[in-house]
Amino acid sequence: MTRRLTLDRFLLALAAPVLALVFAALISALVLLSSGASPVFTFRSMVDFGIKPDQLVNTVNQATTYYLAALAVAIGFRMNLFNIGVDGQYRLAALLAAYVGGVVSLPAPLHVGLIFLVAALVGAAWASIAAVLKVWRGVSEVISTIMLNAVATALGAFLLNPKRLAVSVTGSNNIGTKPIGASGQVPGIPFPGTDGQIFGLVFLAALAGVGYYFLINRTRFGFDLRATGMSAPAAVASGVSVRRMILLTMLISGGVAGLIGMPQLLGSSYTYSLDFPAGLGFAGIGIALLGRNNPIGIAFGALLFGFLDQSSQILDLNNIPKEIVLIMQGTIVLSVVVAYEVVRRVRLRQQQREVGAELTVGQPQGAPA
Amino acid sequence: MTASGTDFQRPISTSLRGRVDALRVTPARILLLVAGLIVLLAAVRAYTGADDVTSSGTVRAALQTAVPIARAGLGGLWAERAGVVNIGLEGMMILGTWFGAWAGYQWGPWTGVIVGVLGGALGGLLHAVATVSFGVDHIVSGVAINLLAPGLTRYLSVIVFTGKQGGGATQSPQVRDIGTVTVPGLSDWLGTVERHHWFVGSDLAGIVRGLCTGLSLLTIVCVLLVPISFFVLWRTAFGLRLRSCGESPTAAESLGVNVYRMKYAAVIASGALAGLGGVFLSEVASSIYREGQTGGRGFIGLAAMIFGNWRPGGLAAGAGLFGYADALQLRQSGAVHALLLFVGLLLLALAARNLLRQRWIGALLGFVSGAAFLLWFALSDKVPEQFVTATPYITTLVVLAAAAQRLRMPAADGLPYRRGQAK
Amino acid sequence: MGPPPRARTAFLGACAITASTERTAVASDVAVDLSGITKRFPGVVANSDVNISVRRGEVHAIVGENGAGKSTLMKILYGMQRPDEGTITVDGKPVVFHTPADAISAGIGMVHQHFMLADNFTVLENVVLGAEPRRAVFGLDSGAARKRILEISHSYGLDIDPDALVENLGVGDRQRVEILKVLYRGARILILDEPTAVLVPQEVDELFANLRDLKAEGLTVIFISHKLDEVLSVADSITVLRRGTTVAAVDPKKVSARELAQLMVGSELPVPGLHESTVTDQPELTVEGLTVSSADGRAVVENVSFVIHRGEILGIAGVEGNGQAELVEAIMGIRPVEGGRLRLGDTDITAWPTRQRREAGVAYIPEDRQRHGLLLESPLWENRALGHQTRPPNIKGLFIDRAGARRDCERIVNEYDVRTPSIDVPASALSGGNQQKLIVGREMSDQPGVLIAAHPTRGVDVGAQAAIWEQLRAARSSGLAVLLISADLDELIGMSDTLRVLLRGRLVATADPQTVTPQELGSAMTGAEADTPEPDATGTRR
Repeated sequence: MTRRLTLDRFLLALAAPVLALVFAALISALVLLSSGASPVFTFRSMVDFGIKPDQLVNTVNQATTYYLAALAVAIGFRMNLFNIGVDGQYRLAALLAAYVGGVVSLPAPLHVGLIFLVAALVGAAWASIAAVLKVWRGVSEVISTIMLNAVATALGAFLLNPKRLAVSVTGSNNIGTKPIGASGQVPGIPFPGTDGQIFGLVFLAALAGVGYYFLINRTRFGFDLRATGMSAPAAVASGVSVRRMILLTMLISGGVAGLIGMPQLLGSSYTYSLDFPAGLGFAGIGIALLGRNNPIGIAFGALLFGFLDQSSQILDLNNIPKEIVLIMQGTIVLSVVVAYEVVRRVRLRQQQREVGAELTVGQPQGAPA
Repeated sequence: MTASGTDFQRPISTSLRGRVDALRVTPARILLLVAGLIVLLAAVRAYTGADDVTSSGTVRAALQTAVPIARAGLGGLWAERAGVVNIGLEGMMILGTWFGAWAGYQWGPWTGVIVGVLGGALGGLLHAVATVSFGVDHIVSGVAINLLAPGLTRYLSVIVFTGKQGGGATQSPQVRDIGTVTVPGLSDWLGTVERHHWFVGSDLAGIVRGLCTGLSLLTIVCVLLVPISFFVLWRTAFGLRLRSCGESPTAAESLGVNVYRMKYAAVIASGALAGLGGVFLSEVASSIYREGQTGGRGFIGLAAMIFGNWRPGGLAAGAGLFGYADALQLRQSGAVHALLLFVGLLLLALAARNLLRQRWIGALLGFVSGAAFLLWFALSDKVPEQFVTATPYITTLVVLAAAAQRLRMPAADGLPYRRGQAK
Repeated sequence: MGPPPRARTAFLGACAITASTERTAVASDVAVDLSGITKRFPGVVANSDVNISVRRGEVHAIVGENGAGKSTLMKILYGMQRPDEGTITVDGKPVVFHTPADAISAGIGMVHQHFMLADNFTVLENVVLGAEPRRAVFGLDSGAARKRILEISHSYGLDIDPDALVENLGVGDRQRVEILKVLYRGARILILDEPTAVLVPQEVDELFANLRDLKAEGLTVIFISHKLDEVLSVADSITVLRRGTTVAAVDPKKVSARELAQLMVGSELPVPGLHESTVTDQPELTVEGLTVSSADGRAVVENVSFVIHRGEILGIAGVEGNGQAELVEAIMGIRPVEGGRLRLGDTDITAWPTRQRREAGVAYIPEDRQRHGLLLESPLWENRALGHQTRPPNIKGLFIDRAGARRDCERIVNEYDVRTPSIDVPASALSGGNQQKLIVGREMSDQPGVLIAAHPTRGVDVGAQAAIWEQLRAARSSGLAVLLISADLDELIGMSDTLRVLLRGRLVATADPQTVTPQELGSAMTGAEADTPEPDATGTRR
C-alpha cells in the first residue's frame, strides 16, 4: 500500500495510547476535584518535581526494572500465554541470586555472570512448573501462576530467615541476604546535577529489548510464537508443536523475569532484604499492555510509569495523597486496552474497505438499481 | 479457562473410558465419601490427640474462611456460565471490603453490606463494559481491574479514613457487629458430646456444633446463596438464557436472547457476589477494612470454582476444603501436623484405588507421595507456618493437575462474542 | 433431474430487468415481500436493491453462487442484520426487525447453515431457549415443554428425544432439532439456509418430504441453495441472486438447470471431472490399519487402510462427523494415532511430528480455512510462510527471509489469480474464494508429494472452484497423490480416481467413480444399503 496509508496507520496506532492517557488524566482530575485538590496544581507540581535531575535518575532506574518486567510478560502475551507469575518468579530469583552472590567471591565478570545465571535459572525453573502443568495436565497458566505467586511468597518468607539464608542488616531490624561483594556489583553511570547514578544495567534492559525484537520478528522461533498467539489451531496445522512452544516460551519468560531484580540488586541494594521492591510483575503486566508488547512501546510505558511513581513523591508534602498515581496507572491500563481494541476494529474495517475499493475498480458491479 | 488462551487440541492418547464413569456424581456416592472422610479424620484425631482437627471452633473458623472464598467462587460461576472469564474477582472483592467498611462504620453493618455489594457490582460493570461492549480480552481486563481496585481503595482510604478514630491510610475505623445466632439447646448438648472425645461421635458433634453456633447472620445469607444460585441458573428461564450465552452465544442470539444484556447481568452479579465476599471479610471475619485483607481469596475462589467443575455444589466443597486448611492453621499448628497423617493416609487410599483400577502411574505416585507425607509426620513435630499459608495454593495446584482434564467448562467461556457476527 | 426445458421464459442475459416484471403476486397472498434491500459492509456491497416476493404456502427458492449475498439477505429477513435501505413486508404489514426476537414474533423462523445449537444442552433446553414455558413466575416448566416438543415431533414425524444431549446427535438429527426449534415457536414462515449442504441424497429426500408436509399445513418455506437440481425439484418459484442483487424470478417448471446456471453465474457451471487416468503403480501414501481415538476413548477412526499412488486422487465419501476430520488430522500428525502405520513412499512416518511430515512433502488444505489455514490478522506474505516456515524461500538459516517470502507470495498471487491489491493486506480482508486460492497456491509450492485436501472448494465462488479443480488436475498429472475429502458428492465423484466410503470411522465400501451415482454413494454413506453385509465389502451396487 501507499506510504500515505502507512502514515495513517501509524497515526491510528498512536491514537490509542494518546486517547487513553488523556482519558486517564481526565478521570484522575475528576477524582482529585472530588477530593478537593486542584488537578492543575497537582499535575504541575508533579512535572516540576519530576524533571529535577534526582528524580530523572530515579525515573530511569525505575523504568529499567519495569522494562524487564514488561518484556518478561510480553513474550508470553505474544503467544497468548498469560504469565501472571512474573511477580513470584522475579522475587524468588532475586532472593536466591542475592544469596549466591553474597556467599561466593569471584573475579568481577564471573561474579556478575554467576548471579545472572542463578537469577535466570531460578526464574525459568519457577515458571516451568506452570508450563509443565499446562502442557501435560492442561491446567490454565493463569490460575497456576497466580497460585505459584502465593507459594513463592510463602517460600520466600521461609527462606529469608536468619535460620536459613538471611542475616540481620546492621543498624535496623531488617533482615536480608549477605551483601554482595564489590566484584559482584555493577557500577552506575553519573548524571549531571545529582549524586544519583543511573543503573549500569540499563544496558542490560536495552539489550533485552533489542533481543526481544529480533527473536519475535525476525526468527523462525518468533514466527512460530506469533502464529501460535494469533491462531493456535492454524499454528498446529502448520507444524508448530504448541506444547514445545508453551514450554520454551514460559522458560524464556521466566528467565527474563529472573533478571528483573538485577538492576536494583547489583546497582543499589546489593542484598535481598524484606524491603526489596515487590509487585513489579503486576506493574510489568500493565506496562506490557500499555506498550502493546512492542519493545519501543514498552520503553515509553516503562518511562511513563517510572515518572509517575517518582514525581508523585512530592504530592504528600502538598497534602495530596500520592496514591492518585495508582488510580492514574490503573485507569491508563484499562482505558488503553479498550482503546487498542477499538482502534483494531476501526483498522480492520478500514482495510477491508480499501481492499474492496481497490478490487472493484474496473470490474462490473452488480446490476444497476 | 484461558480467555483467548491457546486452545490447541490436547492429544490424549490413553483410553479414558473409565473416567466417564468415575465422573458420575450421585448423592449416595457423596454421602459415602463424606462419611469416609469423617471417620478417617476422627481416627487421626484420636491417634494424635489434636482435638482441633474436628473441634467446633475449627469448623466455625473454617466456615468463616470458606464463605468469602465461596462467594468469590460463585461470582466466578455466574460470570463464566455466561461466558466471561473473571479474574478481576480479587479487585471486585477489594472494592467490597472497602465500600462495606466505609458505609458500615458510618451507617451500620447492613448498609455496609448493601454498599459493599454495590461496590463490587461497580467493578463487575467495568469488566462487563470492557469485555462485552469493547471486546477486550477477559484476562487482560481482569488484570487491569485488579491493578485499579487497590489503587482506588488506597487513595480513598487516605482521603476518607485518615484522622478518623482507628482509621488510617491502610485501614478503616471499627464497624459494628452484624449480629449472630446460635441454635439454642442443640449447641450446648453437642458441646457436651464433643467434650467426651468419643471416636466419631464427638467428631460429628464438633462439626455440627461448629455449623450452628455463633453464626453471623451474613454467613447464613451467604450459605443460602449457593442453593439460590443453583436454582436461578439451572431451574429458571433466566438461568437457561444466561448459561446459553456461555455455551453458544450465537445460538442464543439466533433465538432472540439479548446476549449482551445477559452477559452484563451475569458479570455485574459476579461483581456483586465478590463484593459480598469482601464485605464479609471486613464486617464478619474482622470488624475493619484493612489493606490486603482479601489476600488473594478472589483467586482462590476462582480455583474453588474450577475445582467444583463450574457447579455450585462442587465449588462449595472446594471452598470448604480451602477454608478448612486455613482455619486449622489459625487454630493450632499441632493440628496441622496431625493433618499430615490424614493427607498421607488419604493418598495411600487413593493409591489403592488406582491400583484396583490398574492405573499404575497414579498408584505409584499415590504411594510415593503418601509415604512421603507419613514420613514427614513421623520425623517432625511441627509444620513451618509458611507451608501452612501456602496450603490452599498448593492444594489447588495439585487438584488442578489431577483433575483439569476431566473438568468441563462452558463451551464458549472466555471467547470473544460480537452481535451479528455469526456465520 | 430437472424438468425438460420448455418455453424460454427466463431472460438469459446479464441484465436484470426481468426481476420486477415477474412479480405479479397479489399483495394479500404474499407472505414476505423484500423491496429494494441494500446492505453494505466495509469494502463490499453484500446486497444491492434486492426485490423478492414470496407467496404464502409455497416453497420459494433463492439461488445464487457462494458469495452472491444469499446468507446476508436471509440474516436481514431474520433480524440478525439490518438493511441500509429497503423495506420488508410480512403478511402485508411493513416491519422493521432489530433482533431475531422481532422476526420470531412476526412468525419467521430460520434453520441456519451452521447449526445454532449448544452441544452441552439437551434438545429440550436448546428448543425452549428464548421461548420458555414459565411456572410460578420465573421457574422453567420442563414438563410442559417436553409435552409440547413430543407433540410437534410426532405430528411432523421428526422423531426427536427431548432429553438427549445435543453433542450425541448426528447431523441429520441436529437439523431436525433446528426445524423443531422453529416449529416450537409457531413460525409460519421458515427460512432454510443451505439445508442440504451436509446431507446425503436420501436425507435430502427426507427433508424435502418434510418440507412438503409443512407446505401442506400452509407454511411458507424460503429455501436457500446453490444446488440447482434440488431447487428445481422442490421449489414452487425461484429467485436468482447474482453479485448481491436479484437478477431474475423464474418458474421452475419453465426453466432448465442450464438456463438457471446461466442466470446465476452468467455461464455454465464448472463441472468437476478428470481427463485420462494418470494413476501410477508407485505408492506415495500408505495408510495401514489406522485407528484414532477421541478424548473419551471411543475409536473415531478404526482400522482404516488405503494406498494413494502417484498421480492418483483418492476420494473419501462420508457423512460429516464419521471420522473424516480425525483421519485427516492423524495423517497430518496433529492427532495421535492409537494404532496402525503411515508410510510416505517407503518411509515410515507414523512417529513423525507434523512439521517433519510437512517438510517431507505432505501438503494440507484444511477443512476450516479461517481457523486452521490462515493467520487472519497477518499480511498475506506471512500467510505464505505459514506451514512452510522452516523452508526457503521463507527463511535463511534461523531467520525469516522477508524478501524471499514476499517475492514468492507475489508469485502465488499472480499464478493463482488471488484478487488482492497487495500482499500487505491482512488475510481477513480477502473473500473466501481468494483466501482459498492463496492456500492452494501455498500448499502447491515446494513440490509436495502428497496433498491432503479437505473440502477444498467449500464456500468458494464458481470461479475459484473451477480454478482449484484445474490446479488439482494439473498437480495430479504431474504425479501428486491427493486425498480428497468433500461433502459435495458431485465433486467427489468427478474428481476422484478411486472412491472409498467412511462410515462410523471405518472404510465400508469402495466405489468406481466412473459408474457410481450420488444416490448409490449416499446409501453407502448412511449404511442404508441392504446388500452391504460385510464392512469393507468391495464394490457398490450398480
